[in-house]
Amino acid sequence: MDVKRRNFLKIAGLSAAAGLGASSAFTQLFKGDALASEEGHGGETAGHAAPAQGEHKAEDTEFQYGMVIDIPKFAANKGLAEKCIAACHYEHNVPDFGNPKDEIKWIWLDDYEHSFPDASQYKRNAGLNDLPVLLTCNHCANPPCVRACPTQATFKNDHGVVIMDFHRCIGCRFCMAACPYGARSFNWRNPREQYANGNYKFFKHGLNPNYPTRMRGVVEKCNFCPERLAVGKPPACVEATGDTKAMVFGNINDPNSEIAKVLNSNFTIQRNPAAGTKPSVFYII
Amino acid sequence: MYDKGKVLTGLAIFVAIVTFPVWYDLVHAQHVPKLEKPTLSKKCVADIAYMRTSHMVLLDNWRNEVVREEKRKMIDVEGKPYAKSLQMGCMKCHPDQKKFCDECHTYADVDPFCWDCHFQPQKETK
Ligand code: SF4
Ligand code: SF4
Ligand code: SF4
Repeated sequence: MDVKRRNFLKIAGLSAAAGLGASSAFTQLFKGDALASEEGHGGETAGHAAPAQGEHKAEDTEFQYGMVIDIPKFAANKGLAEKCIAACHYEHNVPDFGNPKDEIKWIWLDDYEHSFPDASQYKRNAGLNDLPVLLTCNHCANPPCVRACPTQATFKNDHGVVIMDFHRCIGCRFCMAACPYGARSFNWRNPREQYANGNYKFFKHGLNPNYPTRMRGVVEKCNFCPERLAVGKPPACVEATGDTKAMVFGNINDPNSEIAKVLNSNFTIQRNPAAGTKPSVFYII
Repeated sequence: MYDKGKVLTGLAIFVAIVTFPVWYDLVHAQHVPKLEKPTLSKKCVADIAYMRTSHMVLLDNWRNEVVREEKRKMIDVEGKPYAKSLQMGCMKCHPDQKKFCDECHTYADVDPFCWDCHFQPQKETK
């Protein structure tokens, strides 16, 4: 092909002009869209302050389950945190693959520094890092994982609990990227692998026949035990703390609930509150 | 007609091959599914004809109600409560996947993935 330099420039010029025209049409369209959505907002938000452009915000639920985790009580009761983890992981058939790469966790331990990296570490009391900080899903009042999930496998129920319908999860892991707390784990392997004799390989605490497992390619996390709440039992981890009151669970939006009173009479902190997710798990340090 | 013999034999072979699946099935009549009847109760949560054709719809609805809408109340059939659950409901009366579920599923050549996550009540609880 022998395109003359002059012809080439002509064609290039014409295409560029066409391109410019197209982009201005696009801008026009976009403008119209933005206007329309602004009008929409005006209509909806007559009651409260108009949200900033582009801000995603989940409506607060009237009922919001939450948890207060009292770290000094865990420090005073050696082994209690591990007991909670074992209780949850047995209850929900959470597999233990024995290596950090494949790890599945609904509730786990970390140190102060890594649990609250946004808190100032400058001249921090060195002993703080010896405290057992129990971490789990924060059941955020404004959960980014829910917005990220394309299948609505992750959603917020009427009790403010961020729950998963494992049947619907396609394993895209968007929610894991969206969660600022690392509260979600992905099943890289089949959790139900068996030995030749039929025993399961990865259920370290035994198998709870009353709860299913997950399959490979599914994300999982703490569900705040809705199956137990439905029959009037507290979450498994809370039950494991016995009378120590190291964990208090309840509706944080009900001013008369035990948890609201605990929140009202203690100084508590949350993990990464600046992310704007409104975590429903609070810590007494 | 030329080559009458050849044409007719060819035709006969053709017809035989095309209809092979039909008469193969007639000769090797597949065993018709025979489900293990529950001993614990007489009445199912819905009538038999509905369960036969649409139990998967029922299970799907249960799942949505329980997981998404928190409607977890047991359903009552003649005074007996049943959990809206495959593992905790259905399989209390039909405890054996092989003798109940698989019987039809194999016959109909469907392969649902319920048991990738759910359990049968006995056995698998090692
Ligand atoms: S902690 Fe993570 S997984 Fe849990 S609700 Fe918040 S964003 Fe979602
Ligand atoms: S991995 Fe599952 S739960 Fe997470 S965003 Fe994708 S579909 Fe939703
Ligand atoms: S609330 Fe339930 S699911 Fe969540 S960590 Fe505790 S026991 Fe596990």
